[in-house]
Amino acid sequence: MSGLSGRAAIVGIGQTEFSKDSGRTELQLACEAVRAALADAGVTPADVDGLVTFSQDTTEEMELGRNLGFDEITMFSRITYGGGAAAATVQQAAMAITSGAAECVVVYRAFNERSGLRFGNFGGSLSTMPLWLSWYAPFGLLSPASWIAVHARRYMHEYGVTNADFGRIAVVDRHHASTNPNAWFYGRPITIDDHQASPWVVEPVVRLLDCCQESDGGVALVITSAERARDLPQPPAIITAAAQGATGDAEMMTSYYRDTVTGLPEIGLVGRQLWQQSGLSPADIDTAFLYDHFTPFVFVQLEELGFCGLGEAKEFATIERLSVGGELPINTSGGLLGEAYIHGMNGITEVVRQIRGTAVNQVNDVEHALVTAGTGVPTSGLILSRD
Amino acid sequence: MATPLRPSISPDTEFFWNGLRERLLFIQRCSSCGALRHPPRPMCPHCLSTEWDTIESAGRGTVHSFVMPQHPQFPFMDYPYIVALIDLAEGIRLVSNLIGIEPENAWIDMPVEVCFTEFDDGFVLHQFRPEER
Repeated sequence: MSGLSGRAAIVGIGQTEFSKDSGRTELQLACEAVRAALADAGVTPADVDGLVTFSQDTTEEMELGRNLGFDEITMFSRITYGGGAAAATVQQAAMAITSGAAECVVVYRAFNERSGLRFGNFGGSLSTMPLWLSWYAPFGLLSPASWIAVHARRYMHEYGVTNADFGRIAVVDRHHASTNPNAWFYGRPITIDDHQASPWVVEPVVRLLDCCQESDGGVALVITSAERARDLPQPPAIITAAAQGATGDAEMMTSYYRDTVTGLPEIGLVGRQLWQQSGLSPADIDTAFLYDHFTPFVFVQLEELGFCGLGEAKEFATIERLSVGGELPINTSGGLLGEAYIHGMNGITEVVRQIRGTAVNQVNDVEHALVTAGTGVPTSGLILSRD
Repeated sequence: MATPLRPSISPDTEFFWNGLRERLLFIQRCSSCGALRHPPRPMCPHCLSTEWDTIESAGRGTVHSFVMPQHPQFPFMDYPYIVALIDLAEGIRLVSNLIGIEPENAWIDMPVEVCFTEFDDGFVLHQFRPEER
């Protein structure tokens, strides 16, 4: 057990609707999500003294505070590397609370990622070429799907995995989304045949139905000490473990220069810390939210986190095992594929609901849940537990 | 013909792009310990030296991985095209295009050799094609 373990809790969650065109600014989405999270937590803006978001978020801390009427903020921090920041925002909050830098931390992330700047067409819409992308863009390697596909193609080759195998993740996600009214794909489950009939995004690795959505929306969390959490209205989601991980010779989604390109060592590093901090093992996890921007990396996460051995996800990742009612239900809201892509933050809110027992696709008797952040980048993860 | 996006170039990387104009594929080499590295950067991670020179790659290697991006369709690319991760014989890896072969005939670990493609305004890019035995 680490110094962090068990000392802070997520006590409030808030979100906007998830859509393809929010019709309002990212700032307003952030304000609405934070307002909802504060109300859920039963705390007031005057209680808030810490703020954490992604380095990529466009909402300035003080602008958010001016809207919500925050007063004195004693800790504000941003986490780098895109979706890899998601769980690390919670770690940052827990560290602030444990150290005494803050007592009540709001985490927020809001964007118009569909109606505004679309990550999927990022490279094609650049006005200036970043130096790191200069080794890829001239060759037409310009989208997140294509960056991860270079890794996943080699993974498929080494372990005998096909795109139809990856399709099981999409089927699980869309099945869960089909019963979640907040999900974009509510009421629209898919089959493996549907998956195989969807067009290639990057042949022969990623089809359209392997890709997460592009979404508009905002998510916010309220985090405070475990002690104080017990006086608040919601059942706390205790932060049992929280970790970041970056490993050598890394780039942002194009870490092609390591001896092997088939793994996700950043997730492995996060996982080892989560198990060490919590004293738990994969068998103790009742449900997980595995960052599913693209299905192939869900296979690799299952391996790096120790749910199965290297190269064994092909056998392990069955639709039955990963669905509610199975041994390891994942992405029970529908995931980033089925519910919405809010940069992984809607995975944290879903895991909190599972701990509270209020999820629409509730897993029985959830004691411990694991959530990961963006993959292929320096990343982060959490284990949340019932009090 | 495709009109590939142009790289940004820094003092750390310009030797590479300058080499392409001369039809040379340069690899950065640490002057202190001799380790090769790519993409170029100022410091050797093995010995922390900032002294470096370059070697000329023989341009032979094998395909470590390859994919065919299809969506979104970029107006500056001709479809289909192959993006390949190449293991150079010198022991470094780089991203390039695989040309002169239909995607269905390409395979992982296939031997390839460098070629240099000149685009409209004289921009030269290193690409790879099946090795001629």
